[in-house]
Amino acid sequence: MIHEFKKRWVSFGIGLIWLFVILWPLLGIKPEGLEFGTTFALWGKLAVAALCIMIVYELNVRGVFDGAKKAGSAITGSTRKAYAAIPQWLLLLILLALALVFPSMTGRYGHDVACNVLIYVCLGLGLNIVVGLAGLLDLGYIAFYGVGAYTYALLSIHYQLSFWMSLPIAGCLAAIAGCIIGYPTLRMRGDYLAIVTLGFGEIVRLILNNWMELTNGPNGLSGIKRPGVYWLDMTNGWTLEHFWVKKVWMYYYVILFIAICTIIAVYRLNYSRIGRAWEAIREDETAAELMGVNTFLLKLLAYASGAVFAGFAGAFFASRMRFVSPESFTFLESAMVLAMVVLGGMGSIPGVILGALALIALPEVFREFDLYRMLVFGGVMTVMMLVRPKGLWPAKRVGRRSEEMD
Amino acid sequence: MDYFLQQLVNGITLGGVYALIALGYTMVYGIIQLINFAHGEFFAAGGYMGVIIISYLSAQGMSPVLCIALGLGLTMGYCALLAMAVEKVAYKPLRSSSRLSVLLSALGMSIFLQNGLMLTQGVYDKAYPTEMTAGGFHFGNVVVSYMQIYIVLITAALLICLNLLVFKTRIGKAMRATAQDKVMSALVGINSNKIISLTFAIGAGLAAAAGIMVGFYYGSVNYSMGFVPGIKAFAAAVLGGIGNITGAMVGGLIIGMVEIFAAGYLSSEYKDVFAFIILIAVLYFRPTGIMGENVDDTRV
Repeated sequence: MIHEFKKRWVSFGIGLIWLFVILWPLLGIKPEGLEFGTTFALWGKLAVAALCIMIVYELNVRGVFDGAKKAGSAITGSTRKAYAAIPQWLLLLILLALALVFPSMTGRYGHDVACNVLIYVCLGLGLNIVVGLAGLLDLGYIAFYGVGAYTYALLSIHYQLSFWMSLPIAGCLAAIAGCIIGYPTLRMRGDYLAIVTLGFGEIVRLILNNWMELTNGPNGLSGIKRPGVYWLDMTNGWTLEHFWVKKVWMYYYVILFIAICTIIAVYRLNYSRIGRAWEAIREDETAAELMGVNTFLLKLLAYASGAVFAGFAGAFFASRMRFVSPESFTFLESAMVLAMVVLGGMGSIPGVILGALALIALPEVFREFDLYRMLVFGGVMTVMMLVRPKGLWPAKRVGRRSEEMD
Repeated sequence: MDYFLQQLVNGITLGGVYALIALGYTMVYGIIQLINFAHGEFFAAGGYMGVIIISYLSAQGMSPVLCIALGLGLTMGYCALLAMAVEKVAYKPLRSSSRLSVLLSALGMSIFLQNGLMLTQGVYDKAYPTEMTAGGFHFGNVVVSYMQIYIVLITAALLICLNLLVFKTRIGKAMRATAQDKVMSALVGINSNKIISLTFAIGAGLAAAAGIMVGFYYGSVNYSMGFVPGIKAFAAAVLGGIGNITGAMVGGLIIGMVEIFAAGYLSSEYKDVFAFIILIAVLYFRPTGIMGENVDDTRV
């Protein structure tokens, strides 16, 4: 006990010294001379914050919070019991109703954020098939999103094709892109796959950036049409009226529709024969092959079906922004989507949705601290992984990969 | 012909820089099977630290050569400390969890460090005192700047030192043993945590040296400069066979050459595309890289 205590505080002290050593050269060395003031001010603040955390932790270890914790666990226990008593369809119905009435509760800004979250839910679920189910690390996933977005943009600008007509085409083209990327890479093992998919993602972005005739390069494409919707018009009898989606809340319903379709599709896939085969490949490829799973075909299928959802999301993105440029399809976006999948819990659908919510909505909360937003984001990502390496809502059906067994 | 030779010189210079960064990737990967996304940030931090220290020293009236030498040494030390801190905080607690969570932790660290650099150093490019190394030799129409010579010499010296360290010393032997089999090497008394920490430090030190040289070569550094060279250097490490130190050097040279020659003869917009296509082609026909990989096979 006392030994543990000493060890903790000694490493705390060492950590603070390291922090100072790392911070000071960045802040304190100027061509005019050395100075310590700014460094000490910043370091002091950080040290006080760290000290507070340490004290809380120390009290926690000493059992000061035991009473509160007991009460807390009693409450969570009873809520969990209550939660388990409610049938699942009712919960889903409540969630759906909340999603449907959401636009009436918030303003334009809220709708905007919600649209973004739902786009990333689609992307996350698509990548979840590749990474979470089939266990293939894909770092260039955003390329399919780009393919979808550019497909709709070009079809809309050159052929005046409507959004709903283009949606399947965008999905198909993204799937073809998935197969093209998948075919040469699937022979490779884990991390080679990662770098090659990363390379492919960069190639797609560079092509979008440099093929001036087709994509207008870094300037991007503008003048993309909005989606049109038929709606019951009851002012003069029962007629279907066609109108263009203009307001953000209308876009919200369009993407909500796409997202719900995606969720249902991924759910069905997950619990189908194909989904089980993917999970078998993830757990142990050799064993899966021995059991008669056609691993190559199924891995290709995982790539293609993951890409389809990204293609849909991309087409929606293009129609909402009414402008696409290669800037939107950088590696950072791929990393964000991957972060959602891993943060939420690989292979778990509610987890991925939660991950998308956390990674898109939370930074919006910190919008005011715009400068520190990404710094905090990166830090939180690391801390989350340290605290919950399995994700926020881990999937139920996950074994240990054979590679990770020592 | 002159054009070809000029491109060759440029390619070797760039390749040397990539090789230095790639070594960090390959050593870390070889030892803990982690794609260290934060490695590019050590490179960027090196670039910044270099300009900070060198401009401070030269303001104190030191001679340029001493400035650069001292700046190089201090910067490498600084980045080694930074890498050890990052390893301790972000990777060590995750040693036994899945590889993807460590990868994400690395990604988070990369974003964190990049933005930390931006907040402390500003969003604008920082200029290097390039007049220190201005000038060069002329062989006919081929120009070899002093900086290119410095880069090649320093790179070669660092690579030789690294080779000596890894293949001739006890520490190097311990590193190789840990990379081959962590459990067995721990059984024979090697402190694998220390070795891993040391590997991070060495890799980051090399990346920092690369950062300074890129700063002098291109004249400025930027907080986001770590990302693209980082990816290409990782590609170089994979190309040479990951975990293989000689492979990383060869891979770095190849990627640098391909990039320069593709830019010179084919199309400068698509130079990165060619680098990646070469990578994919090589991996398609030789899935373990040119020189063969060297990682702990007990885990696979």
